[in-house]
Amino acid sequence: MKILLMGNPNVGKSAFFSRLTGVRVVVSNYPGTTVSYTRGSMKLGDEIAEVIDAPGTYTLEPTSEAEEIAQKLLDSGDIVVNVVNATNLERNLYLTLQLLERGIPVVVALNMWDDTKHLGIDIDRDKLGALLGVPVIPTVAVTGEGIKELVENIPRATSPHTPARSRGERWAAVGGIIEKVQHIGHRHHRWFEHLADASVKPLTGGIMALVVLAGSFMLVRFIGESLISYVFNPLFNNLWSPVVLNLSNLMGGGGFFHDIVVGKLIGGEVDFVQSFGLLTSGLYVPFAMVLPYIVSFYLVLGILEDTGYLPRLAVLMDTIMHRLGLHGYAIIPTLLGLGCNVPAVLSTRILESKRERFIAATLISIAVPCAALQAMILGLVGAQGWQYVAMVYGTLFLVWIILGVILNYTVRGFSPELLIEIPPYRLPPWRTVLQKLWMRTYGFLVEAIPIILGAVVAINILYYFGVFNAIANFTAPVVTGLLGLPKEAITALAVGFLRKDVALGLLAPLGLSAGQLVVGSVVLAMSFPCIATFVVLLRELGILNMLKAAGIMIVAALIVGGILNLIL
Amino acid sequence: MSDTKQTTLARMREGQSGIVVQIQGGRGLVNRLNGLGIVPGKKITKISSMVMRGPVTIEVDRARVAIGFGMASRVIVKTD
Repeated sequence: MKILLMGNPNVGKSAFFSRLTGVRVVVSNYPGTTVSYTRGSMKLGDEIAEVIDAPGTYTLEPTSEAEEIAQKLLDSGDIVVNVVNATNLERNLYLTLQLLERGIPVVVALNMWDDTKHLGIDIDRDKLGALLGVPVIPTVAVTGEGIKELVENIPRATSPHTPARSRGERWAAVGGIIEKVQHIGHRHHRWFEHLADASVKPLTGGIMALVVLAGSFMLVRFIGESLISYVFNPLFNNLWSPVVLNLSNLMGGGGFFHDIVVGKLIGGEVDFVQSFGLLTSGLYVPFAMVLPYIVSFYLVLGILEDTGYLPRLAVLMDTIMHRLGLHGYAIIPTLLGLGCNVPAVLSTRILESKRERFIAATLISIAVPCAALQAMILGLVGAQGWQYVAMVYGTLFLVWIILGVILNYTVRGFSPELLIEIPPYRLPPWRTVLQKLWMRTYGFLVEAIPIILGAVVAINILYYFGVFNAIANFTAPVVTGLLGLPKEAITALAVGFLRKDVALGLLAPLGLSAGQLVVGSVVLAMSFPCIATFVVLLRELGILNMLKAAGIMIVAALIVGGILNLIL
Repeated sequence: MSDTKQTTLARMREGQSGIVVQIQGGRGLVNRLNGLGIVPGKKITKISSMVMRGPVTIEVDRARVAIGFGMASRVIVKTD
């Protein structure tokens, strides 16, 4: 049996899904968190039922790709658990009636039931059930309240054979039901509702956005740097370093295998950044340089996502984003891209048109550096002075703007306007924040570590056999002539295709000047995305548009790198 | 003939309420607004608007919705 979770965006379907199946999924407080679907299973009596978490949809007349997915899923389901936001029954019932007209058995979950009380909303659930002709169960998915009752009622899902209606008739029917079942008492504005409105007004909203973004950035840096200085560096320097040195002595201090496992000793000492062996840089780069920033970035992003602030930022950024051929909501994939480009490109599905998706995905993969790369930029370029870090970020920001304006003028088609629901502010539930942090950190560890270790081994072997020298001589005109980098830097640019963090690490032993490091960082950030992003781009944009994006990427990276080389 | 007047969502004042009369747009626009409950007969209140023809934020059915300026100009409202 297939159970579909369907409902408007941001009503808590994913929280529900986690409760029913025990499968962990990302839950946030903004419409469009789920752009694809997740499958899980649950026990229902003696049977194992398949549960599918569908993307949110307002109607069964899809207006975006995420909604189209929801629509297609409907044809394959046996039972729909229609998750309804009880604090906004009118709008949610429209979809409920559409589902009933489809003739598929439905159970209605009146979610966010706890919120109705302090909002002064009184809903007669029995009467609602009788009018709809299906079971109606109040729930609070985040805490688990009512889930048991809901599960017991899934076998009682029915299809009351509601006749098909026109749009006007359906709204009239919703109005009729609301009048009979819902009573709204006096409600007083809570203090944070005034705050909520202040954040979408030009002056107060602008100030709040600056404070939130600057505060977030400082918090990410503070947590990241603290983890590095107080946890990971002491661990590596005091505990791990002697172990590796002993091992190096045992292996005779050099040779093919020594160089793979330990790497090159610098002045008889282990240098975790430059040695480039499996047990030195291979562990230090992912754990002590990148992981701290992954943890701090995703902690702060998770909190931002769960407060409900991001859609408000979208409203504020809308006018600027229109200049780039996008609308304000594209700021959400862009922010996700600062963590990892893969989920960022996926989440461009919340944008309505193909044109917007192409522009957004191209801009993200070229001008938005992922957390792993940023951690390395902060670590390596930051050691030369913060003005150089500012140069890297400033350049990428300018590229984002200029490239966006160019794409807006050259890509055919039109970009629709912003139309989004702004969820109420909520205190981030610490459970979902920590759960998301763990899922994303775990995702980094299992995906990145094998590739990083594999890359270190492969690079050492290729070096040993002189393969890179041959390539370096071949590409020297571009790398040295145009970008002003030593010809060996091609190794880093090539490895950038696998992982950007290792790639930037490869620049460390080359003894680059601060200016060359800036050029190298920018070119690495802009040129080919890592292979994982590449695959998503291919899947989301199709081969032709992916090739276009890749072409723009190479040209832009070389032009910007060349200009920076001339200036610096 | 009456003391109420018609305007667009884009031109309403902050804090002003009204009833949606008509949506002057194609199927696509009507479809998208329909999903969010912005349909003729619905009572809405304007919360704010951004400068430089930025999006307009309204309250409809106790939910906040942000609408691009162009779309907001095509929603005809009878103000209280």
